[in-house]
Amino acid sequence: MNTEWEVVIGLEVHVELATKSKIFCACTTEFGGAPNTHCCPVCMGMPGTLPVLNRQVLAYAVMAGLALNCTIENETRFDRKNYFYPDLPKAYQISQLYRPIAHDGYVDVHVGGREKRIRIHEMHMEEDAGKLIHSEYGNETYPDYNRCGVPLLEIVSEPDFGSAEEVSAYLEKIRSLFTYMGISDCKMQEGSMRADVNLSVRRAGEKALGTRTEMKNINSIKAIERAIADEADRQIGLLLRGGCVTQETRRWDDDKRSSYAMRSKENAQDYRYFPEPDIPVIFVEKEYIAAVRDSLPEFMEEKRERFMRQYSLSDYDAGLLTADRKQADLYEEAVDRGAPPKAAANWLIVQLARAMKDLGKDFEGIAISPCELAKLINYVEEGKVNRKDGIDVLSEMIQTDGSFDVAQYVQEHGLFITGDSEGLLEAVREVILSNDKAVGEYKGGKEKAIGFLVGQVMRRGSGKFHPVAVREAMEKELKK
Amino acid sequence: MNIENVTAVALGEKLRSRKMSVREAVEGVYKSYMELDRELNAYSYFNIEEMRADADRAQKMIDSGEAPSILTGVPIGVKDNICTKGAPTTCASKMLRDFRPPFDATVVKQLKHAGMVAAGKTNMDEFAMGSTSETSCYGMVRNPWGTEHVPGGSSGGSAAAVSAGEAICALGSDTGGSIRQPASFCGVTGFKPTYGAVSRYGLIAYASSFDQIGPIARDVRDCAAIMDVISGQDGMDSTSLFCTQGESFYDSLTGDIKGTVIGLPEECFDDGVDKAVKENVEKMVKTLEGMGARIDPIRLPFIRYAVPTYYIIATAEASSNLSRFDGIKYGYRAGACATVDELMIRSRSEGFGSEVRKRILLGTFVLSSGYYDAYYNKALKMRRLIVEGFERAFSECDAIVCPTAPMTAPKAGSFLTDSMKMYLSDIFTVSVNLAGLPGLSVPCGFDEAGLPIGAQIIGAAGADKAVLNIGHAFQMATDYHEQRPGGVQ
Repeated sequence: MNTEWEVVIGLEVHVELATKSKIFCACTTEFGGAPNTHCCPVCMGMPGTLPVLNRQVLAYAVMAGLALNCTIENETRFDRKNYFYPDLPKAYQISQLYRPIAHDGYVDVHVGGREKRIRIHEMHMEEDAGKLIHSEYGNETYPDYNRCGVPLLEIVSEPDFGSAEEVSAYLEKIRSLFTYMGISDCKMQEGSMRADVNLSVRRAGEKALGTRTEMKNINSIKAIERAIADEADRQIGLLLRGGCVTQETRRWDDDKRSSYAMRSKENAQDYRYFPEPDIPVIFVEKEYIAAVRDSLPEFMEEKRERFMRQYSLSDYDAGLLTADRKQADLYEEAVDRGAPPKAAANWLIVQLARAMKDLGKDFEGIAISPCELAKLINYVEEGKVNRKDGIDVLSEMIQTDGSFDVAQYVQEHGLFITGDSEGLLEAVREVILSNDKAVGEYKGGKEKAIGFLVGQVMRRGSGKFHPVAVREAMEKELKK
Repeated sequence: MNIENVTAVALGEKLRSRKMSVREAVEGVYKSYMELDRELNAYSYFNIEEMRADADRAQKMIDSGEAPSILTGVPIGVKDNICTKGAPTTCASKMLRDFRPPFDATVVKQLKHAGMVAAGKTNMDEFAMGSTSETSCYGMVRNPWGTEHVPGGSSGGSAAAVSAGEAICALGSDTGGSIRQPASFCGVTGFKPTYGAVSRYGLIAYASSFDQIGPIARDVRDCAAIMDVISGQDGMDSTSLFCTQGESFYDSLTGDIKGTVIGLPEECFDDGVDKAVKENVEKMVKTLEGMGARIDPIRLPFIRYAVPTYYIIATAEASSNLSRFDGIKYGYRAGACATVDELMIRSRSEGFGSEVRKRILLGTFVLSSGYYDAYYNKALKMRRLIVEGFERAFSECDAIVCPTAPMTAPKAGSFLTDSMKMYLSDIFTVSVNLAGLPGLSVPCGFDEAGLPIGAQIIGAAGADKAVLNIGHAFQMATDYHEQRPGGVQ
């Protein structure tokens, strides 16, 4: 981008909370389901119904607010945001404007080796709306109210971002904080995390902010980066041609890699916010806030530093291990149960990651006992089980429900290296006789060729020989 | 049997002692309905078959010797803005003419639990917006004391039915006087409980921070007995309270008011009040004094701001509450629309009557950007001052007595042409809703034309039982509440 120009970005991030039931009724928040099957009179806004706040939503909101270094409001309340749309059955969304649950926080992000503080203006609780399904055949549109009342947090930042990289880092940071607390899975592709981008440009060094646009419908971090680049270019282009930016809401089309105007400021809706009379003011006690603060987990950055210190891991390895809290917990528990820290790190980062990828699984989808994992790692590291066999066992392990017994499996499949050398010498000799080429190379000074020969012996022994013993025997025979 | 003069408590006693069957009671109500409703139009829905089935269920409760309430088997009218599962709940609006809710309001569940028989839905002003019961899509309700007069509103159907003997008792709802004012105009007893004493779940909202369900009945004892059935904290309503739990309302009525300090606000006895109304309320105060109450003059200087404050906040809430009626999900839908916007606009324009449209527009205006602070926010501040004004008053007295309305029932049509006059006539009732207080209207005399006059007893928040007890004391000493209209054939 042109270095004469600065981009100024603020974000509005919506995060869907992982509560079992909706924010104001007992309906399930489960994704999917036939249209209008996860609803009741309350979330469908039938006349006469009233909202009752799900306490878990408040608890999660306080956790989120604290994780984002916000001040928690002691007297929070809900407001109504009024607008007509067929996916909004009450014709108002219960949200928070005047007394949001949290405000004045910040998130520190690392970009290009520098730390940058992004300030958070406020964070509030609100309900999601439904969706409209347009018929493929006719002119009909059908409302589906299953998502109505799914709890959301909206996090509104100050216009503190200067680049797409900072935006991505911020979103990753929120995702990490929230998944560590287990309050949301923050998947942009599935819509459980959404971001609207407010963007303006100005000539470098200028103090005043330019006219901003708001960009909606961005469904991945990659798409955000593309949308920011495109919108910055568009605005700079407009200004360079002597035009001016119109304050408006635009919709990003990631397939076309461009955006179009949805509505201008003149046509902006007047939401007529006013305090929600059906829900009394909520008093959040100081003691409660303190208790939640004490219960917050160790977050990624602290954990990463501790892993480096405590387990002598590299920054890189510690970073990979702590990227997912479940992985970090599994690692620590396996180490606690006797797995050597360095080896265990490699097993998780390399072998487990590969095995999960091959099977299309993630940490949500596996049940793995840290105790059994530690046992497996030790078998291999102590030379009791061949490494390749160990990797296969791991793959079996993550396909079961957590009751996997490593010792029993290895025993039943005859994978223990017996250490007995019966037949070893014969096998070595046979391999030497039938691999003239490799033997020639070795004798010609190419020492690496012995690896191939050892491998051949191992294969013949179907894992029962100890690799160190095989190598010793092979070297001895070749020197004869 | 003739049910015209029996009270709910007396009927309950007859049913439990098996001097009468629940079926007989229900048929009695049906007979009155058939005789009177063509003229009074007090009901918007009446289904005798459903009532007979409910009667048989109640009879079983009684026969098993386990009647859950002293009102088991007693028929009760239910205002048409209170949801009854599977039965029409229309708010007397074209908008909801075919609407049958898939659930019962909490109060309806409580009535059923007590074995009371829901006796049809009572007519009302459309969406409870009005003081005359003339804006119903089913046509106006008439006052049994003079059919050219309005019964008051918005619970005019409930009040007229109880007054005329078409119902033994009924539920109403009160947002700015909608229980007390029609009770006053129809010569019956109506009670608006402390905000939160009765669950609002299933009451189709007009103005959420004011709405409260309450009883309309023949005397205070019946109101108290009904309160025992319908009050209590409800997990479905976050604004419902624990405060009125404890001793039964009915059992708390002693009629002893010795030493009770009653405040008389001079603002409520000025020239804006009809002479007959003033005189009869003053006479009531004398009666209470004779029973040992102390009478002190008090000031309620804020009361002149009550009407504008009320109409700003109530219409603001209404504009939001009534937005859900958009023709998409249920209720009236305009035909042949090209776009969703047109569908919503035409459905709302055609489905709502003019008073409802007027209040939605007013409420939308006071909330809109640029006017919010000048109107809505200022009204919220005024509301706080009114709450504090009442708190000050109740530091000096136990209850306040004043007229329920400044006049007796006007002739039909007279308010329709002068809505400012109608709004201003709410002056003594709306301030009570602004502060969420309990208010009771009891009959206390008649004007020269023979129309009933009501006196209002107001208490501090949560003092529902004290308020009812003062009304009960007055009814022990007088018989205004026993007078029945003679004018209806």
